[in-house]
Amino acid sequence: MLTLSRVKMPRHNDVADLHIFALFESAATALHVTFSKGQGCGAEFMKHLVSQRAKAKMGHGYMTQKLKLVVVGNGMAPGRMLEHLFDAGDAYDVTIFNAEPRVNYDRIMLSPVLSGEKSFDDIIIHDDAWYKDNGITLHMGAKVSKIDREAKTVTSENGITESYDKLVLATGSDPFIIPCPGHDLDGVLAYRDLDDTNAMRDAAGKGGSAVVIGGGLLGLEAAAGLNILGMDVTVLHLMPTLMERQLDTAAGYLLEKELESRGIDIRCKSNTKQIIGADGKVSGVELDDGTLIKCDIVVMAVGIRPNVQLAKDAGLEVNRGIVTTNGMQTSDPDILSVGECVEVGGMVYGLVAPLYQMAKVAASHLTGPSDAAFVHTETPTKLKVTGCDLYSVGDFAEGDDREDIVLRDAKSGTYKRVIIQDNKIIGAVLYGAVDDGGWYNEMLKSGEDISEMRDTLIFGQAFQGGGAVDPLAMVANMSDDAEICGCNGITKGTIVSKINAMGLTTLAEVRAHTKASASCGTCTGLVENVMALTLGDDFKLPDVETMCGCTTHDHGTVRRMIKAKELKTIPAVMQELEWSTPEGCAKCRPALNYYLVADWPGEYVDDQQSRFINERVHANIQKDGTYSVVPRMFGGITTPNELRAIADVADKFAIPTVKVTGGQRIDLLGVKKDDLIPVWKDLNDAGMVSGAAYAKGLRTVKTCVGSDWCRFGTQDSTGLGIKLERLLWGAWSPAKLKLAVSGCPRNCSESTCKDIGIVCVDSGYEILYGGAAGLHIQGTTKLGNVETEEEVLEYCGALTQYYRETGFYLERIYKWADRLGYDHVKSVIYDDAEQRKAYYERFLFSQTFAQVDPWAERVQGAQAHEFSPLADISSLEAAE
Amino acid sequence: MTVQDNQWITVGILDDIPRQGARRVITNTKTIAVFRTSQDAVYALEDRCPFKNGPLSAGIVHGTTVSCPLTNWVISLETGEAQGADVGKTGVFPVKVEGGCISLCLEEKQLQTA
Repeated sequence: MLTLSRVKMPRHNDVADLHIFALFESAATALHVTFSKGQGCGAEFMKHLVSQRAKAKMGHGYMTQKLKLVVVGNGMAPGRMLEHLFDAGDAYDVTIFNAEPRVNYDRIMLSPVLSGEKSFDDIIIHDDAWYKDNGITLHMGAKVSKIDREAKTVTSENGITESYDKLVLATGSDPFIIPCPGHDLDGVLAYRDLDDTNAMRDAAGKGGSAVVIGGGLLGLEAAAGLNILGMDVTVLHLMPTLMERQLDTAAGYLLEKELESRGIDIRCKSNTKQIIGADGKVSGVELDDGTLIKCDIVVMAVGIRPNVQLAKDAGLEVNRGIVTTNGMQTSDPDILSVGECVEVGGMVYGLVAPLYQMAKVAASHLTGPSDAAFVHTETPTKLKVTGCDLYSVGDFAEGDDREDIVLRDAKSGTYKRVIIQDNKIIGAVLYGAVDDGGWYNEMLKSGEDISEMRDTLIFGQAFQGGGAVDPLAMVANMSDDAEICGCNGITKGTIVSKINAMGLTTLAEVRAHTKASASCGTCTGLVENVMALTLGDDFKLPDVETMCGCTTHDHGTVRRMIKAKELKTIPAVMQELEWSTPEGCAKCRPALNYYLVADWPGEYVDDQQSRFINERVHANIQKDGTYSVVPRMFGGITTPNELRAIADVADKFAIPTVKVTGGQRIDLLGVKKDDLIPVWKDLNDAGMVSGAAYAKGLRTVKTCVGSDWCRFGTQDSTGLGIKLERLLWGAWSPAKLKLAVSGCPRNCSESTCKDIGIVCVDSGYEILYGGAAGLHIQGTTKLGNVETEEEVLEYCGALTQYYRETGFYLERIYKWADRLGYDHVKSVIYDDAEQRKAYYERFLFSQTFAQVDPWAERVQGAQAHEFSPLADISSLEAAE
Repeated sequence: MTVQDNQWITVGILDDIPRQGARRVITNTKTIAVFRTSQDAVYALEDRCPFKNGPLSAGIVHGTTVSCPLTNWVISLETGEAQGADVGKTGVFPVKVEGGCISLCLEEKQLQTA
């Protein structure tokens, strides 16, 4: 059998490419071979191929071994290239060397990770499963140190050698570190990958101050992120205005003003002389003019340098970057290159759109003869800082042959400038009002003559027809060639044809199949409009649900921002997260109140007015406006005295219905609001507290009689249930929390459909969770086994706290676990003792504030206004 | 003692009602909910949601609306009308605050509806 991947062709100086594109029907495998002109060996090889192909057709043999593709680097460009490659077939066995110890993630979203608006999981592009599904060998934490072009092998620092038929270099770029004195001190960071981001988050966690060197895109995103995290931030910028490569001076000034209003100290025309340290650690920065700025960390964000060392050592042609043809081929025809390390057409690129274009071109050449070529286009710039809207594209330098159209509105802080040459747009800078950026960019690309609309151009697209702003109409007017997603270069036509061809109906599907809005996400609205136009009534809004109509954020974002920005009141959350209503609604206020209660125990003052009536009056409102009252019976155990007190209360207040609940306690139904306090007083006097039967919080721990009485009981399930309820009572949680402890696997207390269930066995205890037996029915999943009661308490406390900290309001524990993944929850709570203990300790701390009987507080006079009328004027009989 | 329906009756002081909260005033024919907004404006509605008779005094107050505790219908404090897609109206009573004292009239306001 022929193993084509091992065939080596001789090399010549007068190399011309001759492509043989041999399709092997049986293996559906494409082969792309490049060899030298006029070589006998080449002709031999061709003959061989032809005969092999004939054999394959006759069924005598077929290809079993695919070509070997080795990729050095696991960033966004090679990741995208591989997606294109796999879309086209499975011609290659792929091996990736990745210097970073993790999967491919969206680097342009590091800023939201820094500020806490997103988590690392949110920005993963390819998870472990993707590599597995595509049969990729991924060497993580393996930096390639040597390429042997003769032997066609690469070798990593940690000693892994792989041979290749085709090699793709995607070594990316390194942050440029100014070689000033002190640049190697502890606390000098770059802003390039997740490790840098985490280092900054760690530093911010300790408070203090930061100096960011560099007022470009990355530097400002870093500064804004650190500012949100509560650090005092100073930005040093060499040039007179910020982001001078993307913004003109007017927009740069507006940006500077905006950032300063957030408390960021911006110092332009500042040159760093040295970084000062004490004990090997950063303590400050000294400027050329002698100014000294104290700080705890220094972030260098002054630019990137293509990482070309590996290519240089291998003897490839290298200039500023690794020099490639417009087909992404280096000076060695078997080696291609993509990403920030590439120099193509004399340019190197750092923004994602051209890098993705390289990926597409490279994949096309890897799959067969192709005339795909990289073409330079202007890439718009956006700053990913919440609340700073700016957009810049093209050329905006001033010149005699250029005209500017400028619109300023000082009051609203907006600035628009369109640069025109020969009646065509060649550049645009927008600040504050950026909606028309895409429209200007489209005209810039198409070279449309704008003389007709010159007078109104600056007012934007909506103004052209004179009609009101209708984003849907705007999208409808776009041509099929109009680019919707700048990051991925996806046009309206592409999206429409994919929707129609594949029957896509959700945003997630459109993202998966077209990549539109899958990177920075700012074009999500446009993509949705394209979907709405294409699908008509079949279009449903995306699954990602906002909390309510008052905000565009979902629950997860709000929870993260509360922690990241240390928001500790409901008005602070609404202000900082730009709520669209002055004081929220009945949907978001209770959610926010819960998040603040859970996140800031002992600090946040519970806002009673943001709680539902049941949690305000600690009883359940019934359909007729009366209430039901349920005292707690720990573990379902009661006494004759308690029962007598309950009977007396029912008599005394003429309570119409007394019912045994499913949670093993007694419900008094039909209590008048004005009677609640005296009813509670009598129950308190008999030693009973609120059963919280109304709470998004711990309800009951149901038990069976266990080893005390039952002949099958393996452990003291009743005693354990009482201990659990004593541990957990009073805790607020995202939704109600019901537990059970069964004394043996016969499971009489129904542990296997509870939020958390314990099943006692001879060897100890099985901890189960994530059950449901309401509208939705689902059995529990096992967290794991433990041996002692103390462990049961610790594990259940930790699990509850993890749920309390990450659950969405009204999300039952099974939905939460479905969302996070049961394996993940287990890895945090069961497998990782350190995390479990941390969660448990936080739970215990929180409980010191929560375990107060609300009934007793109110009997003592708290919240009295809830329970009595303002006035009773019924004695003033109205005259008819 | 008798009162005229159009007579102002003092029912309490502003501080008796929490901001974004409500208290009940019991009359011999109905219960009236007196609301205080975050801006200290005071409104009075019959304490009965037009949908399922839920006690509006027990709802969550946001802006100049209240959400019914039973059904989450949102009722305008100003007009007593259900907001959004829901249709219904509850009675609105004249109420005023003078020198911190709240007074109301038992004669329903006749509001013009659009």
